[in-house]
Amino acid sequence: MQAYFDNSATTRVFDSVKDIVVKTMTEDYANPAAKHRMGLDAENYIRDARAAIAASLRVREKEILFTSGGSESNNMALIGTAMANRRAGNHIISSNIEHPSVYNPLGFLEEQGFEVTYLPVDHAGHIDLAQLEESIRPETILVSVMYVNNEVGTVEPVEEISRILRRKNPSALFHVDAIQAYGKYEIRPQRQGIDLLSVSAHKIHGPKGVGFLYIDSRVKIRPLIYGGGQQNGLRSGTENVPGVAGMGAAVKEMFTDHRKKIDAMYELKIYAEERLSKLPGVTLNNPLGRAGAPQVLSASFEGVKSEVLLHALEERGIYVSSGSACSSNHPGLSGTLKGVGVRRELLDSTLRFSFGLFNTKEEIDYAVGELEKVLPVLRRFSRK
Amino acid sequence: MLYQSFLIKYAEIGTKGKNRFLFEDALISHICHALKRVEGKFEVTKDAGRIYVTALTDYDYEDVIEALKKVFGIAWICPMFQTGDRDFEALKDHVIRYLDQVYPDKNRTFKVEARRADKRYPVPSEQMNRDLGEAVLEAYPEMSVNVHEPDILLRVEVRGNVVNIYSEMIPGPGGMPVGTNGKAMLLLSGGIDSPVAGYMVARRGVRIDAVYFHAPPYTSERAKQKVVDLAKLVSRYSGPIDLHVVNFTDIQMLIYETCPHEELTIIMRRYMMRIAERIAGETGSLALVTGESIGQVASQTVQSLAATNDVCTLPVFRPVIAFDKQEIVDISERIGTYETSILPYEDCCTIFVAKHPVTKPVLKAIRKSEAKLFGTVEELVETAVASREVIRCG
Repeated sequence: MQAYFDNSATTRVFDSVKDIVVKTMTEDYANPAAKHRMGLDAENYIRDARAAIAASLRVREKEILFTSGGSESNNMALIGTAMANRRAGNHIISSNIEHPSVYNPLGFLEEQGFEVTYLPVDHAGHIDLAQLEESIRPETILVSVMYVNNEVGTVEPVEEISRILRRKNPSALFHVDAIQAYGKYEIRPQRQGIDLLSVSAHKIHGPKGVGFLYIDSRVKIRPLIYGGGQQNGLRSGTENVPGVAGMGAAVKEMFTDHRKKIDAMYELKIYAEERLSKLPGVTLNNPLGRAGAPQVLSASFEGVKSEVLLHALEERGIYVSSGSACSSNHPGLSGTLKGVGVRRELLDSTLRFSFGLFNTKEEIDYAVGELEKVLPVLRRFSRK
Repeated sequence: MLYQSFLIKYAEIGTKGKNRFLFEDALISHICHALKRVEGKFEVTKDAGRIYVTALTDYDYEDVIEALKKVFGIAWICPMFQTGDRDFEALKDHVIRYLDQVYPDKNRTFKVEARRADKRYPVPSEQMNRDLGEAVLEAYPEMSVNVHEPDILLRVEVRGNVVNIYSEMIPGPGGMPVGTNGKAMLLLSGGIDSPVAGYMVARRGVRIDAVYFHAPPYTSERAKQKVVDLAKLVSRYSGPIDLHVVNFTDIQMLIYETCPHEELTIIMRRYMMRIAERIAGETGSLALVTGESIGQVASQTVQSLAATNDVCTLPVFRPVIAFDKQEIVDISERIGTYETSILPYEDCCTIFVAKHPVTKPVLKAIRKSEAKLFGTVEELVETAVASREVIRCG
C-alpha cells in the first residue's frame, strides 16, 4: 500500500489538469500573443483560467497576475509594492513564522533601506494583534502575513489584521501569503480587506511552476521581470500556457462542490488526529479539528528522531515530511514549532502529515498500523 | 577546426620492456572507449612508440580534451595541425597561420624544432629550423627567438605523407591504463576521502569495484544516491564500477545493543572490512582500498587503524593515509567529486556515534567485546552479503 501524506509539499494533479496540460503542449501549443488563429486558441486557455480564478475569489479578471508559483508571487508582492511605494514610507511589518519566500525578499528590502518589524506569535501560532497595532506607523507601507501556516496549520486572523491596519494607517497595503490556504478556505479579498494574495497551483492538485498573485486594481506595484510587456507589462515573458491552463482546470475542480471537499478533508484530518493521539508518546501540535487548516497535522513522537521515522515510514510506502527539519545543521529552521510551544526535546521528533483530496481513511489506518509496529523498535535504538 | 589530430604522450608505460605492447594496447583501448562518448569519429593508431588520435569527422575540441584528460596513462595531449601539403613554401604559410590562431598575443619568444621522420623530404631539419624561424620573425616582428627557454616550442614533424605542427602540451592525468594492474574493492562512503582514494588507486592501473554500507531507516535513499553519484564520478576515470550496496542496519543494531558504546565505531568498521573482503573474494578483487587518513577521526588513529586492520587478510591500500585534509580536498576538487561529497546526508558512520569514542583501542578488549556477538552475528553477515544490491556505475 502507498500513502502519500505530503500534500502541503505538493500534490498529485487532477486528471483534468493532466489532460489540459498535454493538450496545450501537443495540440494548442501556439504563442498566445500570435496573431493567427492558433494563437487565439492558446490565448483562450489563459482567459478561461483567469476567469475561473477571478470567480473563485470574486474579484475582477484583470486583478489576476500569472507567475511562476508561490515564491514569485510573494517576491512580486513584497518587492514590487515596496519599490513602487517607497516615497510613501519605508516600514514593513511581517511575522516571524513566514515562509522563506517572504523572509528572504524582506531581507533584500532591508538591504535596500527598508525597515521591517517581525511580529512574534503566541502559543497557538497566532500573531500578536496588540503588538501589530503598536507597530503600525504613518510610514508603514505594507503588512505581510501568511493565511495558513505550512508547518502546523494555524490560521491567522486576516480580517482582524486588516481591520486594525485600516484603522491605524488606511494607505498601507495588506499582503496575504495564501499558498496553504487557497482552495481550503473561502477567500474574499474585497470583503476581507486583502490587497495582494499569493497562490501556488501545485498545492491544489495543479501543476508545479505556476501560480498567481491577486493585485487589487488600486495597488501601485512595479514589475520584477522586464521584457516583451506581456500581462500589461507587469510580468513579461510568454505566458506559461500549459501551466496556466492546468491551474485553471485545478481551480475549477477544486471549487466544484467546494464545501463538500473541505468537509471530506476535515473528516480525514480529524480521524487521523483521533487515531494518532491514542498512540503512546505522541503529541499533536496543530490546532485540532476545525480550529486548524483541513490539511495539516503535526505530530511529535517521543524518543524518535523525525528523520529516522520518516525513512522508516518511507520503507513502508508512507510519505510524510519532517516538518521543520530542525537537525543540528539547521538550527534556525525550527522557528514555527518553537513559536507554537513544541517542547525542546520534541522539536527533532516532529513529523507533518498533510492531506489531499486523493487520500483515504484506509491509508490512515495503514499508516497508524505501521507506526504502531515501527515506533517501539525505533525507540529501543534511540541514541544513547 | 584547427586541429585534425592529437599526439598522445605517455610516461611510465614507456618503461615496461617486453610487456610494453600490453600497456600500449590497453591505453589505446581506453582512449577509444573514452572517445565513444564524444560526438564524431576518431582513429587511434600506434606508430613508432607514439599514439595518435586522428579525427575523421567534425568534432568538439573541448569534449575531446575533457575525455582524454580522464584516461589514465596519458602524460600529455598535444593538439596538432596536420597538412598533406609537403611543399616547403606552403609549410611556412601554415606555420605562420598556425601561430596566429593559437597565439593572438605575439609578444612571446619561440623556437622551432623540426624533425624529418621521412628523410626523403628535400629540406634537412637544421635548415627547416632556420628558414621557418626566419619566416615567423618576418611575419611577426614582435616575436623573438629564444633557444634555451622559449615561451613557444614549435614542433614541425614530417611523417610519411603528412606534416604535423604543434606547440601546446595539455597535461593528462598520468598513471597507468586501468586494468593493467588487477582489481581492488573500494570501501566507498559519502565522504571526501574515499572517492579520492579510489581515484588514486585506479590511476595506478587498478580496476575498481566498491562497497557501500547502507543503514535504512537511519540513512536515507538520498545518502545512497549520493554514493551512486560519487561512484559514477570516479568511474569517469576508472571505467565502470560495480557498487555493492550492503544493508548494514541489523549488524549495526546488534553491535549497538551488545557492545560498549564507545567501541561501536571500531567494531562496526571491523565488520565492514570483513564484509568487503567477502565480496572482494567473490568478485575477484585482490585488495581493499579505503580513504583512511591518520588521525582524522577517532577511528583513524594508528591504534584504531591497527584494530580495524586486524580482521583483514587481503592487503589494504590507503592512498591518502599521510595526506592532510586540505590535500585530499584539493584532489577531490580537481577530480570533481568534492561538490557531491559535501552534500549533507548522514552516513552510517555518523549515526549512533558515541560522544567519546575510544581513540586508543586495545585489541584484546575489542576482541573480547566482539566475541559477545558470536553466534548471532554470523547469520546477519551472511544475509547482508547475500542480499546486497549491485549497481553498475559508469
